[in-house]
Amino acid sequence: MPEYTGYRGTSLEFLKSNNLVVGDSVKITSDLTYSGIIMPRYEHQDDKHIVLKLNSGYNIGLDLDQISKVEKLSSSEKIRNIEQKIKKNPSLPNILLLSTGGTIASKVDYRTGAVTPILTAEELNSSVPELSKMANIDTEVLFSEYSENIMPDHWLQIANKLVEFADSKYSGIIIAHGTDTMHYTSSFLSFALAGYPIPVVLVGSQRSSDRASSDAALNLIGATRFLVECKTNGVYVVMHHDESDETISCHYGTRVRKNHTSKRSAFETIGDNPAYLIIDDKIQKNAKDDYFKTSEFTPKINLDARVALVKYYPGYRADLLEKIIDMDYRAIIFEGTGLGHIGKILYDNVKKAHEKGIFLGMTSQCIDGRVGMTVYESGRDLLNLGIVPLENMIPEVALVKAMWVLGNSDNPEEIKKIMLENISSEMSK
Amino acid sequence: MSEFSFEDAGVKVGLEIHQQLNTNKKLFCNCPPIESDEYTKKFQRKLRAVKSELGEYDPAALFEKSKSKIISYYANSQSSCLVEEDEEPPHNLDKDAKNLALIIASSLKSNIFSEIYPMRKTVIDGSNTTGFQRTMLISQGGFIEVEGKKIGVQSICLEEDAAKLIGDQGSIREYSLDRLGVPLVEIALEPVEGKPSQIKKIALSLGKLLRSTKKVTRGIGSIRQDVNVSVKDGGAVVEVKGVQQLDQLEKIVEFEAKRQYGLIKIAEKLKKSKFEEITKDSVREITDDWKSCKSKIIQKALKDNSIIKVLKIPDFAGMFGYSPYEGIRLGKEIGQLVKFYGIGGVFHSDELPNYGIEEKDIEIVKNLLKINENDAFLIIAAPAVKIDLAIESIINRINFANKGVIAETRLATPNGDTVFLRPRPGASRMYPETDVPPIIVTKKELEVAEKNIPKSWDESLKELHEKYNLNFQLAEQVFDSKYIDLFEKISSKPQINPTFVASILCSSITNLERNGLNSKLLTNEEIEKTFEYLQNGKITKESIEIIFENIMEGKSNSLDEAIKNTSIETLDEAKLEEIIEKISNENKGIIENQKERAIGPLMGIAMKNLRGKASGEMINKLLLKNIKKILGN
Repeated sequence: MPEYTGYRGTSLEFLKSNNLVVGDSVKITSDLTYSGIIMPRYEHQDDKHIVLKLNSGYNIGLDLDQISKVEKLSSSEKIRNIEQKIKKNPSLPNILLLSTGGTIASKVDYRTGAVTPILTAEELNSSVPELSKMANIDTEVLFSEYSENIMPDHWLQIANKLVEFADSKYSGIIIAHGTDTMHYTSSFLSFALAGYPIPVVLVGSQRSSDRASSDAALNLIGATRFLVECKTNGVYVVMHHDESDETISCHYGTRVRKNHTSKRSAFETIGDNPAYLIIDDKIQKNAKDDYFKTSEFTPKINLDARVALVKYYPGYRADLLEKIIDMDYRAIIFEGTGLGHIGKILYDNVKKAHEKGIFLGMTSQCIDGRVGMTVYESGRDLLNLGIVPLENMIPEVALVKAMWVLGNSDNPEEIKKIMLENISSEMSK
Repeated sequence: MSEFSFEDAGVKVGLEIHQQLNTNKKLFCNCPPIESDEYTKKFQRKLRAVKSELGEYDPAALFEKSKSKIISYYANSQSSCLVEEDEEPPHNLDKDAKNLALIIASSLKSNIFSEIYPMRKTVIDGSNTTGFQRTMLISQGGFIEVEGKKIGVQSICLEEDAAKLIGDQGSIREYSLDRLGVPLVEIALEPVEGKPSQIKKIALSLGKLLRSTKKVTRGIGSIRQDVNVSVKDGGAVVEVKGVQQLDQLEKIVEFEAKRQYGLIKIAEKLKKSKFEEITKDSVREITDDWKSCKSKIIQKALKDNSIIKVLKIPDFAGMFGYSPYEGIRLGKEIGQLVKFYGIGGVFHSDELPNYGIEEKDIEIVKNLLKINENDAFLIIAAPAVKIDLAIESIINRINFANKGVIAETRLATPNGDTVFLRPRPGASRMYPETDVPPIIVTKKELEVAEKNIPKSWDESLKELHEKYNLNFQLAEQVFDSKYIDLFEKISSKPQINPTFVASILCSSITNLERNGLNSKLLTNEEIEKTFEYLQNGKITKESIEIIFENIMEGKSNSLDEAIKNTSIETLDEAKLEEIIEKISNENKGIIENQKERAIGPLMGIAMKNLRGKASGEMINKLLLKNIKKILGN
């Protein structure tokens, strides 16, 4: 813990002039006498209080103006972090756990008072002792970022890391990841590492691991169970199936979406049952086909992030689309209405974009279902203007796929062809 | 065995009162606290022990975890939402609950913090879906005056109530979410020396102070008290939970003081013995050696694939059975300890042979562990997953026996004893609630709270007495009821007898409730309207109870409906006279026999037919008129 976390201005002066740092045990006389440990303060708070953890465990804020006496009892108590070394069992399979951050690795952050991803993969592993009975788990921290701060460059970083382990002692790989953008990452890995020989699962949690009710433990247990026993490959997202700590769902990484802000079961396979269900030590298979449509591992770890995702709505302004076209975007994925429509008001711009050589793909804001652009005249108009219907691809998946395709090809015909080719179960029959 | 003397023990008792706040919504969401009789949702969870802010595990949490239970929750969407299910972060702290907590803290002259930190208090017995109770320390210090003496306040917290336990079947525990999240104020008082009867007075005074705010919940379970009990030279404070009624308090404090004093005596005796300490090395499994033991308990354990182990305690002979006071023995303490792991009990050497365990079985054990006559031993049978955890806690308990009282949390039993519940939780059970930012208390809020400090109980009663001419008993009844506001509203109207109103509100409705009727069906609006009808002569005094009974039975939804359903609309005088005349003529015999005294039996007959349809006064008048007429003939 840094010495003065969160303290500034008057309160920082107060600590310094009394020769105190965060973690010190003190006795403070104010209206009453309080004994406790000085705790960090959150950045968004004022500089007129100090935070004290009383012996009862409660934290309180004491008004500096009312403090008449401060007495230091003992120096900074080290926040204990006892590393538990886990013994390996040579008869068990090996699993690699890569941590990238997210709620699953979060605990209290003294900068803001909210949670932040700072648990190491090692800590995660040791906090779930059940894991070591199923597999020997090696851990590595790639980075510690929340979902929203994960950028396409991070995808490349993860993919490049995985390539190293394509042919290794590991039976499978777990990636601990923030949930908000987990399905973008799983999609990219699915395309960039098509044919990857061992199963990869992305695991997150909706309740941070610092609470007794966290879903992290069971998600990790389910993920490990799956990797050890599934005898298949592919990229999956593994999370709670419902509100109970009972069943774990294993979703195809290109057919999954976060459909609730806070529930444990926020992730759902769109338009189908989850590929696998894990109940205790049993795995129930629903998936009918292989995840990757190629049996050969052909990594293509490139991308071009110049793809825009445009959600059409009544009132969408043509000049906004015009701006996007005038920028350096190479592809636009539309999230159209219903079967895949956008208003007449955009036709001229769409035409211009097509002429400029921008790839134009259509998905639906219904999320579930296939686009069908020959049913209504507006659909046919759009087809004529050069928009490519992207079957039942989830809009975000189509976005990521376009980034990947553009990173690997400059040829418009080839781009269109690959966009419509089923690589990693992103489209269903 | 000696007599226990309460006075010599130097007993100190600290009260901790938990009072539900009647804000009609929960502390961190807007669900109303309704009791469900049916549940539309069920789900299951497992809770895990997690590290505290300082990187330590809470001992009580580890203890709970070691019992590895599955928890089932039952929910009803009327009384709980995703917040209670731990499927959504808490909403903002409810303002009403905050303000009420500030008023209560102000009335107790407690020092309110200007920055309040919501904390997570680890509770992983399943009573909170999150695995913690949200709690915040509002203030410290202050006092309450009881019979001229100031009793210090230690702390006041605002927190969430826990889920209600509705079933416990071995490995599965069941809770309902109705009560989870209801705001509670927890007031901890300074420990005081004194008789249990004085403690009871303090509890009553504090209860009255809280109820004076008129915004706290009443009824069973809405106020709960824990007591912290310690004795002189005991060295530890024991927290006793689950004291349901104040009447129980005296017995519990007395028992607990006796138990603690007994433990000190046991420790003294042990200090004089050669006993030092035991470790896991003195444990041995005897499952196979006891295959032929005839004890039913042992045979059942063997059938269930349990493991049997024996623990040797050198130089401990006689200590399990030593009973300094009646019912206080180390053997009993250990029996209770293992019960909390779901293990039926233990056999110790001081009670054997017995329970079907024979001399030859004991010989086997003695030979295996080289036990001589100065040593004690203890037999435990339990499933493999639990047995070592249980033995570890037994070893700890025995090693502590020469130190006296152990700081722990105990549970009050209905007959006034206390039993082991869990180790006393420490500071490591607290973690900041990262989902809720710290709460600022402004000067303005403090001023408002100060202004809203309610009048004291006695002052309020005096006022009611003076303003409405109520006697003190009725004044107290109506003041302490949920109808005080309604009473004042109705009684402020002219030509209403406040004493009559108060007695209807307090005794008539309460009587009907005691007969199992539901007072919730009777709304304040309907009660008010009833008194209006009474004033207008539409109904009689006598019919009020009939009307209320009808509504509270659920037979009618409104006053008008009830009047129709019970056909008690006041009869006009002509009709009434006609009926009375008929009754008088039909009972001429009685009148001729008893003369004027016939009014008694006739009144009974008339009331049977006319109750609620006319006032007793009027019936009496008309009957007398008719009697005179008949006698005059």
